[in-house]
Amino acid sequence: MSKTPVTFTHNGAETAVFVDGGANLLDVLRRGVGDLSPKYGCGQGTCGACTVLIDGAPHLACLVLAEAAAGRRIETTAGLQTGPEPHPLQRHFMEGFAAQCGYCTPGMLMAAKALLDASPNPSREQVIEAISGNLCRCTGYEPIVDAILAAAAEMRGRVA
Amino acid sequence: MSSIEFRKDLFADERDDTLSEIGHPRLRQDILGHVTGRTRYYDDHLFDGLLHMRCVRSPHHHARIRHIDTAAAERMEGVVRIVWPTDVPRNLNTLLSLIGFGRDDEALLSPTKVAYRGEPVLAVIAVTERAAREAVAAVRVDWEVLPHVLDVEEAIAPGAPSVNETYPNNTFDYHERYDHQKLRFGDVEAGFAAADHIVEAEYQMSPIEQAPMETCGAIAAPETNDRYVCHTATQALFFSLGTTAKLLEIASSRLHFIGGTVGGGFGGKVDSITEPMAVLGAMLTGRPVKFMWDREEEMQVGAPRGGERWRIKDGVAADGRIIARSFTGFFDAGAYTRLSSYAIVKGTGHLPGPYTIPNVASNVFCVFTNRTPATAMRGFGITGVDFAIECHMDRVAEAVGVDPVELRILNAYRDGDMKPHRRVAKNCALIECCQVAAAKAGIRLSPEMAAASSLTGGGGARAEIPETATDEVGRIGERRQRAMPTAPLEGATAKRRVPAGTQGSSVGAAAPQRADMAMDPRRVGHRVEDGGYQPVPGRARDASRPAAPAAAPPAASAPMPGANAARPGRDPGPPAAPTAAPPAPPAAPSSSSAPRPPEPKPYEPEQPFQKGIKRPGVSRFLSGTRRR
Amino acid sequence: MTVHKGRGFACINYPIGMNLGGDPSQALVHATPDGKFMVTLSAIDLGQGMKSVTRQIAAEAIGVPIADVYVDTADSDTGPHDMGSFASRGTHRMGNAVIRAATEARAQLLEAAAEELEVDPADLDTDGQGAIHVRGAPGRSITVAETAIAAQFKQGRTLSGRGIFLIPPSQADPETGEMTPVSCYAHAALVVDVEVDDETGVVTVTEINSAYEVGRALNPKLVEQQLVGGAWMGVSHALYETTEPYYPARDHGPVDFNTYLMPGPGEIAPHSIAVLERPAEDAPYGGKGPGEMCANPVLPAIANAVYDAVGVRCDTLPITPEKVLRGIRENGGAQPKGRL
Repeated sequence: MSKTPVTFTHNGAETAVFVDGGANLLDVLRRGVGDLSPKYGCGQGTCGACTVLIDGAPHLACLVLAEAAAGRRIETTAGLQTGPEPHPLQRHFMEGFAAQCGYCTPGMLMAAKALLDASPNPSREQVIEAISGNLCRCTGYEPIVDAILAAAAEMRGRVA
Repeated sequence: MSSIEFRKDLFADERDDTLSEIGHPRLRQDILGHVTGRTRYYDDHLFDGLLHMRCVRSPHHHARIRHIDTAAAERMEGVVRIVWPTDVPRNLNTLLSLIGFGRDDEALLSPTKVAYRGEPVLAVIAVTERAAREAVAAVRVDWEVLPHVLDVEEAIAPGAPSVNETYPNNTFDYHERYDHQKLRFGDVEAGFAAADHIVEAEYQMSPIEQAPMETCGAIAAPETNDRYVCHTATQALFFSLGTTAKLLEIASSRLHFIGGTVGGGFGGKVDSITEPMAVLGAMLTGRPVKFMWDREEEMQVGAPRGGERWRIKDGVAADGRIIARSFTGFFDAGAYTRLSSYAIVKGTGHLPGPYTIPNVASNVFCVFTNRTPATAMRGFGITGVDFAIECHMDRVAEAVGVDPVELRILNAYRDGDMKPHRRVAKNCALIECCQVAAAKAGIRLSPEMAAASSLTGGGGARAEIPETATDEVGRIGERRQRAMPTAPLEGATAKRRVPAGTQGSSVGAAAPQRADMAMDPRRVGHRVEDGGYQPVPGRARDASRPAAPAAAPPAASAPMPGANAARPGRDPGPPAAPTAAPPAPPAAPSSSSAPRPPEPKPYEPEQPFQKGIKRPGVSRFLSGTRRR
Repeated sequence: MTVHKGRGFACINYPIGMNLGGDPSQALVHATPDGKFMVTLSAIDLGQGMKSVTRQIAAEAIGVPIADVYVDTADSDTGPHDMGSFASRGTHRMGNAVIRAATEARAQLLEAAAEELEVDPADLDTDGQGAIHVRGAPGRSITVAETAIAAQFKQGRTLSGRGIFLIPPSQADPETGEMTPVSCYAHAALVVDVEVDDETGVVTVTEINSAYEVGRALNPKLVEQQLVGGAWMGVSHALYETTEPYYPARDHGPVDFNTYLMPGPGEIAPHSIAVLERPAEDAPYGGKGPGEMCANPVLPAIANAVYDAVGVRCDTLPITPEKVLRGIRENGGAQPKGRL
C-alpha cells in the first residue's frame, strides 16, 4: 500500500507523517503521531469520542481522511493544558465530577473548547447544542454542561 | 436542574458521621488522566507490528457449516493467518465453569453449526484492520440453513428446533432435575382463593445494549519469559485470564493480564471473548494482535441484556394487602448460557420484590433461542422483574383503589420479616424511601402511612415460614414431549407439603483470616446488628429510639426547602468544601402535621460499637464468621 | 392534539454482591519507605470509581490522609485475585478486602510506633492526618513517616497487609428456592412526571423526585454521579433503547448510534435526589453499591406515569411513540387518570 507524506500542525507543533491511502485522521493521530487522546468509539461518526479541532472547528477524526488534514491546524485534548495548571475546562470537569469512565471526555473537551473559543458567554442551550454530537453513557450529561458553563464563567472573568 | 440532599437525620443513630475520609467528596484518583487524555485504556498501548483480527460471522439464525473456502482470502495482501476452530485447543466453554456452574456449551469459533446471526466461525489476522475486513468479506461459507426459533415460549414447545446441543431441550438444567428454577413459599393457590381481587398481567423487557463508549476488545503480545501480555477492557480480570487459560490450554502463569481502566462496561465486558481471541492470535503469529469489536459488532454480536418475559398473578385483599403472588418468568438467554442461568437464580432470590407477602411462588426458565447470547447488564437479573413488579403494583393499586405510594408502604418489607427465600429481612429502608420521595414530589400520605417505619411492625407472625405447597412439574426434558403449564403449581398431579418452619442454614462472610485483619470495633463506623438494632445503653433520647416515620418527611404539602432552588454539590467551588455533605441535615422538613424528629446529635457513642450479639454461634462483627 | 401530564411511582430494593456468594476479593497494602501506602488490586474501574473508593476506604482504615494512599489496579502479576466489577459487588466485596488489608497494615504501623514510643500498641491511635499518638495524651506522638522509617530501617518490620473477603458459596434449593442470596440490599423510590402528546405519542420526562438508600455514601460525589447517570440510563431504557425493536423478530436491529437511540443533553429532566444512609452490617463502613440499582425504578415509574397521563399500559419496553399511539387508538382516545 502506498504511503503519502502529510504535514500539519499538531497542538502547535509541526508534524509530518506517512499515511496509507484512505487512512482516517483518528488512526493517524493515534498510531502515527502517538497522540492517544482522541478515542475510537464507533468509527461511524455517531459518538463524538474522536472529536478534534481542525482550524478551530470540531471534526470527527474518524470521518476525516488524514490526507485532508494536510496544512491544517489540529488541536486535541492532549494539547489543552499549556502550562503547569490544567485548562479551566479541565479543572471544572475534574471538580464538577463531569467524568466517570472518561472515555468521552477528550472529545467533550474539544467540543466545549470550540464553543468557548467562538462564544465565550454561551447560554445553557448553546452548550447543549455544542456537545449534542458527543455521547456519554455514564454521567447523564448534566455535570458536563455545568462544568462547561462554569469554565466559561471563569474564563470570562480572567479576560475581564 | 438537578439537586441532591443527604438526609443525615434518617438512621442517624446507626452511623458514625465523623470519619476522616469516608463520607467526604474526595476528587477521583483517575480524574486528571481523564481530562488530559492521558488515561490509558487497553487500546492506548501501542505495539510495533500490531496485527488485526476479525471474524467471519454467520448471516443466519441457525445453520450448519457445509464447507468454508478461504482460498481467495488467503491470497489477499496483508493477510497473515486464517484462524480455524481447530486452532483453539479446547474449543468449548461456559463462562461460569470457573465457579462450577453449568456445562460447557459455547465454542470460541463454532466448528460445525451456528445458532445465532453473528456467531463467529473463522477469524482472519492481517496487517491492517482494513485488510482483515476485506479478507473476511472474501471468505466463502457454504451454509445449510436450519429451522430456527426466536420466541422463548415457542422454544420450549414440543417440536421446536433444538438451539444448543448441550441443552437440547432449549432450557438450562437446574439442579439436574428441573427445566426451571422454582420458588415456593406458602400456598399461592390458597391465597388466590382467599383474595378479594385477582390481578394478572404480562410484561416484556426488551433486549438492551450496554453501549459502553469504549467497545470490547483486547491486545495480546508475546512477552519475555515465554509469556503473553494482554491489555484488556474486561470487567473481570481473572475471569478473562482463567477463561483464556482454559480455552487455549495454557498455564495461567504464562498469561499477564493488564486492565482495570475501562471506558464503561455496564455488564457487557464480563464475557471474556476478546481476550482468548487476542491471545490466540498472538500465539499463532508470534506478534501483537488486537481483537476489537467495532460498534456494529458491539450492538449486534456483543451480548445484550436479554429479553425477559414475566407474568405476575396477585391475590389481593380488599384493603390492598397482597396475600399471594405468583411469577412465571422467561429469560431469553439467546443461543448459549453465558450468565443467564445465574441471573435466574438471582432473580428468584429477589422475588417478590421488596414486599412481605405470605404466599409466593415462581417458575423461572432460562430459555435458549436462536439469537445473540444475552449477558449481564446493569441490574442483571433484577431490572426486568422490577419493571414487571412495579408496573404490577400500579395495576393492583388501581384495582383496589389504594394510592400507589400507600400500597407500597402497606406491603413493604420491614426488619424481621421472613422473605420467601427463607431468610429474615434486616436493614430495610423501603418505607423511608417511599416517604421521602413522596414528600419531595408533594404527594400527601395518610398519617398512618407517613408514620410507618421499616424498624417497627415487622417480625412476629410476619417472620413465620408457612407450610408450603410444592410440585414436581417440569422435569428436565418432560416439556419437549408434551405441552405443559409453565406457571407454578399448575398441572401438578401430586402436590407435596413442606412443613411450616422448614428452614436451612444461612451463610455469612468468612471470618477475617487473622485477628489483626479484623477492624477495631471503635473504627467500624456503624452499628453492628443482629436480630434487630438495640439502642446503645445510656444513649437516652426522648424515646429509646426516635420513631423512624417522624424522621422521614411527613406528608408535607410544601415542597422540600432547597429542592430545585439551591443546587448543593454543584457549585463550581473547590471540591474540598462542597455542600454535598453538609454537617447539618439538609432540608429537614418543617411540618405542623407531624412531630419534628429529635435534632440529630453529633455522633457520640457512650461505648464502642458492640461486637456482641445475642445468638450463640453467630457473627459477632462486621465481616464476621459464617452463620450456620 | 393535547399534551397530557402524568405521574408515576415505583420503588425497589437491590441485592448487593454476587448471588449465593462464592465471589472472593483480595487486596494487598504496603508502605513506602517514608510511610505512604500503596494498595494493589485487580479490581476494575469502569468509571464507577473503584480506584477512588478503595483509596478512601484504605486511608480511613489505615488512619492516614487520602493523599498518602494510592491504588494500583489491575495487573494480574501484582494485584491479587478479584472476581470482577459486576453484580454491585465491587464496593462491598473489595471494600471489605481493602479494610482487612489496611487493618493488618495499621496493626504493623501501630506496633512499630509503640516500639518507638515505648508504649502498648493498644494504647495508640492515628489522627488521620499523618501522626500516631497515645490515646488521651496527644503530646506523646510520632508521625507515620517517622514510624515507617523506623520500622523498615531500624526495626526490620514491614508495614503491609493482606485481605480477603468472601461470602462462601451456597446453593438454592431445587424445590423451594430457599437460599442465602446476598447479605444486604440498597433501596430506592422515585416519582416521575411526564408529558404525553396524544397526537405524536411522544413521552417527555419533565421531572424526577427520588430517594435512594445506599447504606453510606462513602464518597457523596461518586454516589451522586451514579444516581444522576443511572437515572438518565433508566429514562433511556424506558423510552428509547433496544437492540431488537421488533423483538422477538430480529429485524431492524440498530448498528450505530443513529439507530440505537438514547436521550441527549437537551432531554434531561430536573432530578431532585435525597440520599438515605442506613449502614449494612457487613458492608465497608456500611456502604452498599448504588451503581446498578439506581436505574431500576425509573423504568416502571415512567410506564406508570404514561398510564396516568393517557391511560395506556405499556407493558413492553421500550415505550415508543408507536406503542403509545396504538394504545391511545385502541382505547378510543387518551384517558387521563390523574391518580397521584
